Amino acid sequence: MERVVRRTRALVALTLLASALAACGGDGDTSRPTLNWYNFPDDSGALQKAADRCGKESGGRYRISYNKLPRAADGQRQQLVRRLAAEDDSLDILGLDVTWAAEFAEARWIREWTGGDKRRATEGTLRVPLRTATWKGKLYAVPYNTNVQLLWYRKDLVPHPPKTWAEMLDMSRALARQGKPHYAEIQGAQYEGLTVWFNSLLNSAGGTILNPSATAPSLGPPAVRAASIMRDLANSPAADPSLPNQMEDQNRLAMESGVAAFEINYPFVYPSMKANNPKLFKNFRWAPYPRVDAGRPAHPTIGGIDLAVSAYSRHPDLAFEAALCLRDRENQLTAALEGGLPPTLRALYDEPAFRKEYPFSQEVLSSLESAGVRPLTPAYQNVSIVVSHTLSPPSAIRPESAVRTIGDQIDQALRSEGVIP
Amino acid sequence: MAEPAKDRTKGGRTPSAGARQERRLGWLLCAPAVLVMTAVTAYPIGYAVYLSLQRYDLRFPDRAEFVGLGNYGSVLSSPFWWDAFWVTVFLTAVSVTIELVLGMGLALVMHRTLFSRGTVRTAVLIPYGIVTVVAAFSWQYAWTPELGYLAELLPSGDAPLTEQWPALWLIVLAEVWKTTPFMALLLLAGLALVPEETLKAAMVDGATSWQRFLRVMLPLMKPAILVALLFRTLDAFRIFDNIYVLTSGAHGTGSLSILGYDNLFTALNLGIGSAISVLIFLCVGIIAFTFVKLFGAAAPGAEVKR
Repeated sequence: MERVVRRTRALVALTLLASALAACGGDGDTSRPTLNWYNFPDDSGALQKAADRCGKESGGRYRISYNKLPRAADGQRQQLVRRLAAEDDSLDILGLDVTWAAEFAEARWIREWTGGDKRRATEGTLRVPLRTATWKGKLYAVPYNTNVQLLWYRKDLVPHPPKTWAEMLDMSRALARQGKPHYAEIQGAQYEGLTVWFNSLLNSAGGTILNPSATAPSLGPPAVRAASIMRDLANSPAADPSLPNQMEDQNRLAMESGVAAFEINYPFVYPSMKANNPKLFKNFRWAPYPRVDAGRPAHPTIGGIDLAVSAYSRHPDLAFEAALCLRDRENQLTAALEGGLPPTLRALYDEPAFRKEYPFSQEVLSSLESAGVRPLTPAYQNVSIVVSHTLSPPSAIRPESAVRTIGDQIDQALRSEGVIP
Repeated sequence: MAEPAKDRTKGGRTPSAGARQERRLGWLLCAPAVLVMTAVTAYPIGYAVYLSLQRYDLRFPDRAEFVGLGNYGSVLSSPFWWDAFWVTVFLTAVSVTIELVLGMGLALVMHRTLFSRGTVRTAVLIPYGIVTVVAAFSWQYAWTPELGYLAELLPSGDAPLTEQWPALWLIVLAEVWKTTPFMALLLLAGLALVPEETLKAAMVDGATSWQRFLRVMLPLMKPAILVALLFRTLDAFRIFDNIYVLTSGAHGTGSLSILGYDNLFTALNLGIGSAISVLIFLCVGIIAFTFVKLFGAAAPGAEVKR
């Protein structure tokens, strides 16, 4: 009995001693701070590699722990928002979808980039992705990767790719008459993809969803034009019968199964086609996003991830430094080659290794340089829901009244008054 | 301190010191439970009511202000609220009706089973034991073209979960599948209230089995049926998980709970979202009131007045 008591005492003493030592250690040599990086789940291993490399290169000043967010963008945003609203100080670096920076900045959940950090974040970075990280003239994040849609087509069916939407519909009608595959695959389901389609058309027609100060909807005739193009496609032979349910991945599958002649999609379809349908892959080609008017360049909408530093981080200085490391040249190249994510550093588009892996890198680059962004506003979620809800299904769009509805509801959303569906 | 009227009726004597001490002990013993109940139910409800009177959007912290009943005006004048309201009413009415009929059937079977009664009852309860989200995911996969065994039974190209009416019926199906056992269990308890002798007497009087069910069993089971209906209606009116997994509320299948969730968690609009939650709370209150006052359903634990 006595032995047990003595042993217990020794144990308690040891535990106390250990915790006291740990407390003394603090952020010193024995336990360097761990920076928590929350980002989309990456299966390629490129993100983990970047986290490890930056931790190693920090010379023992910090280590980075890569935490995977849920797979769907809505789930990612919800997890971040819940933690930030509760002022969780275990978040340091946040991987934000390109549409969240304005929202998080307005809610004061992320820190502004200033001074040397800002200079390093903007140096050599593509201009349009940088816009997504900017709110009210201040920089709130650093672009980690970007993405842009191209027009993919089958060379055996269409020798010369269409330049405009009208041309594409004509070609599709001609193919249908000959009994050949003729669908133009695009994201027509009631979700954000539909908003992106509308936004790309609207920007290409010379308009925008919101006015420059993001205080009111602008829309106007270009919006009616954009909505008409969507309706026309949905009611033409180019429309896949399941258009109102289709998202990026269904588009990819339809193209790979051989029923489609065209596909508007992100570059991930290229390696996928190569692996899944090598026969079709031989005729699989890419072209710039179709124009609305032959004489005006298209402005496809960009996607991607921006890295921000949490307002509640206990190590903000280290977090800024680590974020810059995570998106440095080497890590972006790894992410591009292994994860297929287009880089945001302009110089990487001249890198031979990248050009070899990405035969369409120059089209991506020129698309990025003329790309548009989704409306920059803290109320983007409402805007997106309003747009996709009103324009679904595309075949039933009545352009003028739809644009009026969108305008009214965005107006309410910007005043935090409206109910979202 | 004024004496409670109850004590005065008992001969007008002031309670003895012992009785008073006992009452104080009673209050002391209750106090922790009262405090916990206040903390976990009254506080959040009160806070939701408070939030619902504010313009309070997490994204615009600077714009917070008191707006009185403005949020309620926005919600009640929005077509989205009414769409969701009618969807919820439809889902509640249809699923509870089907559950009542099926549940009664199952209860009769369970009541009359002569052999392996325990096994039958356990088997019937399995759907209720499965976590709703898990079951909902299996329904979702089953109805997804190219993945699910049920979708394969449909003409190719059919995606029932992407059209309003087919999706609503599939949600009803998932609800009925999940909660019929619960209904059956409550009704089974009610069946035990029917005395065997009364049924035998009715049989002697020449009542057919249908007449015995309609004239003898149903009236005697009324309190149990009303309680079962009350529970299920309240539950069904707050339907969330099946819809969230099956359609996320797209294509006109969103219930009021989904609307509240979207406005709170997607739009981060705490004012509007709380107003929706409070309105759902009021609807549920009205349903409970209707059942208890108009149909005479007994609250669990209360004595039934005949």
